[in-house]
Amino acid sequence: MNMTKRLRKTEGFKIVGTRPQRPDGIEKVTGRALYGADLSVPDMLHGAVLRSPHPHARIVSIDASAALEMPGVRAVVTSADFKKQAKFFMQDTLDNCMARDFALYDGHAVAAVAAKTRKQAEEAAAKIRVEYEILPHVTEVEDAMKPDAPILHAGRSYRNIPEGNNANVTNYVEFGHGDVEAGFKDADLIVERSFKTAATHQGYIEPNACVASMGPDGRGELWVTTQGHYMVRDFCAPFLGLEESKLRVTPSEIGGGFGGKTTVFLEPVALALAQKSGKPVKMVMSREEVFRASGPTVSSWTDVKIGMTRDGKITAAQAKLRYQGGAFPCGTIALGAMTAFAAYDLENVQALGWNVMTNRPMQASYRAPGAPMAIYTVESVVDELSQKLGLDPLEVRLKNAAKKGTKSSYGPTFSDIGLVATLEAAKNHPHYRAPLGPNQGRGISCGFWFNFGGNSSVSLHVSPDGTVAVTEGNPDIGGSRASISMMAAEELGIPYDKVRTIVGDTNSIGYSDTTDGSRVTFTVGIATIKAARDAIRVMKGRAAKVWGIDEDAVIWEDGAAKPSGPNAGEFPPMTMEEIARNAFKTGGPIAGHYEANSDGAGVSFGVHLVDVEVDPETGFTKILRYTVFQDAGKAIHPAYVEGQMQGGAVQGIGWALNEEYIYGADGRLQNPGFLDYRIPVASDLPMIDTVILEIPNPGHPYGVRGVGETSIVPPLAAISNAVSRAADVRLCELPMSPPRVLAAIDAKG
Amino acid sequence: MVKVTLWGSLRSATGGLEQVEASGTNTREVLDDLAKKYPALETVIAGGVSLAIDGTIYKDAWFTPISDSSEVVLMPYMAGG
Repeated sequence: MNMTKRLRKTEGFKIVGTRPQRPDGIEKVTGRALYGADLSVPDMLHGAVLRSPHPHARIVSIDASAALEMPGVRAVVTSADFKKQAKFFMQDTLDNCMARDFALYDGHAVAAVAAKTRKQAEEAAAKIRVEYEILPHVTEVEDAMKPDAPILHAGRSYRNIPEGNNANVTNYVEFGHGDVEAGFKDADLIVERSFKTAATHQGYIEPNACVASMGPDGRGELWVTTQGHYMVRDFCAPFLGLEESKLRVTPSEIGGGFGGKTTVFLEPVALALAQKSGKPVKMVMSREEVFRASGPTVSSWTDVKIGMTRDGKITAAQAKLRYQGGAFPCGTIALGAMTAFAAYDLENVQALGWNVMTNRPMQASYRAPGAPMAIYTVESVVDELSQKLGLDPLEVRLKNAAKKGTKSSYGPTFSDIGLVATLEAAKNHPHYRAPLGPNQGRGISCGFWFNFGGNSSVSLHVSPDGTVAVTEGNPDIGGSRASISMMAAEELGIPYDKVRTIVGDTNSIGYSDTTDGSRVTFTVGIATIKAARDAIRVMKGRAAKVWGIDEDAVIWEDGAAKPSGPNAGEFPPMTMEEIARNAFKTGGPIAGHYEANSDGAGVSFGVHLVDVEVDPETGFTKILRYTVFQDAGKAIHPAYVEGQMQGGAVQGIGWALNEEYIYGADGRLQNPGFLDYRIPVASDLPMIDTVILEIPNPGHPYGVRGVGETSIVPPLAAISNAVSRAADVRLCELPMSPPRVLAAIDAKG
Repeated sequence: MVKVTLWGSLRSATGGLEQVEASGTNTREVLDDLAKKYPALETVIAGGVSLAIDGTIYKDAWFTPISDSSEVVLMPYMAGG
């Protein structure tokens, strides 16, 4: 056998690359799929949270006596009902779920009630008397860095923070190489700009929800909408003082996460109420609670300086990024500083970053966390330089593009990457040559994301009728059950519809990292392929036993065991059905397993092209045409890949044009609802065209590269560049809402 | 000895050096030696780091082989969405 071919397969697929029906489609469109809020259990209570109306206050006292006397009330919990954590990150996460000593933002949970009905719980929560000592607050990153800014927590800064920063600055990072000052001297033109981006919410349609129960024996059950049920268990068990395996967490269907459901908010609170009341407790956030108290992304304030020669060669590039990640230390700034210049092959590059605490909710990941706002600033300046020098912006990117052998701006040398191929695809697409009308502009941007591997477990069981049940441990947020079934079927040589994949709970399948980092099709795919190979090994062994020949003399082809050649013996193929039917007689049930700790996910690049029209009377921007180009390595189910590319583009369009957290001078969130926080709807959008490139990733048996996050990175700059060209004025702040665009048009005169 | 490149803001932990030497044949040994030679790096490493070895990023893999000729870059521990 050709082992290389066996281990890596990049062509000759029968199922991979096709577009079979999604396995969860009918259940979802007929309303039978069970989401976080859909579970009800006998004798269940309902939980409600009392939230701080103040952006910053010391909690002097909490008196729940009146609430406990209300009808139907069974329990009240505060921070005193949770175990103190030894690690800062754990304690911060717990303190974000339930304020301890200080309320740090508008909407911060202070206490929670469980009662027979939700209305009773809400009424009782309103009766809890909290005495606050109101403290000065700060919600904007530039204000929080000032020497006289209110300080959220002292003593949380890493030791490498440069002198001159106040205690709100917790993290400082530097990346880059070369000598930027020398590089700027070689430039014919230098553009230096300051940018701001607003905090945006992941905007998942399904609010956070869970049902918790705790038995008197210390064993707990949790049903929850989440991107990672092991992550939920690993937070909640120590918060409640439980052993991890005593808490079984079952993930529901998920109505969107996009990174926002990679941490906990309600879950430990529901478990604490269940523990205290002795009853199951259901908790469901209102939309207002989702906005006020679950994680938005960071907001940013960034200065970028780039020098370029007349012929478009970048000589030096520097960015100073300042992110606010809410009321606790936040490491997202490192990802922003690492990704800012990743698309470029630069001799002199420097990215500096500061994380700053403010009186806002703790930041949660949002698709390629930290990258969109960083790359937006760099791609905007590259576009402005191209425009001022009269150069084609796509050619400028090709001239400076990172490629194999490039020392990346964050350190490692790139191996095989697909940026140049992606740019070439954009250059050769009809979209790039299509004519534009009055008040119209075209924008382009590159995007980058790392992609991750990590830990995942798969168990593959061959049923007696020869069909296959796959159990994996990663919630399906983007079609992974389909792609996993396809990879299992491909490897086993059986039809797709003979495989059913489910997501197991924490006690029924091995540990699996959270569904994030564009990692599931990559890592769970590896685990699935290897689990299938494990099952094939067992089935070949069974056939060998029946035939009385050596196991090594059996091969697996087209869903059947076959003798490897004439010397092995003359036997007709033994199908998987036949092997399965006789499994109990030939050695017992047949299964394959694999527990992956995978790396080699391979970085990902994308290029977006967008045409817009700006109304000079109103400042309104209409998206006319949008095309996404992205390297998928190998698209297992191309429709899902296209969906990821389209979804990222649409979320980026919202981020670029409308979405923003607006805080008043009182430190309170002004727009906690979809009426005032406007995400794009279908009528705002053209069909998003997609071009999938397939440059196989050597780190995956089928060449898969993660695709889920890269697509949200380029839209911010692509749209800003298009709007800036259409309006003939450079826009440097997001969102580019009509009033902001109109003000820029008016200011240019 | 393996040459390890640090991200710039870790210079304060290594007396201003951006590239340091460490002994070891896999990620665990190299990280252990770094923490031993530069105690200020110990909390950073204990808090979680990634290592890029010849361009591939490894998050949790103690036994990934490293040779003296490998390009090794210490990176922050990374999360996705």
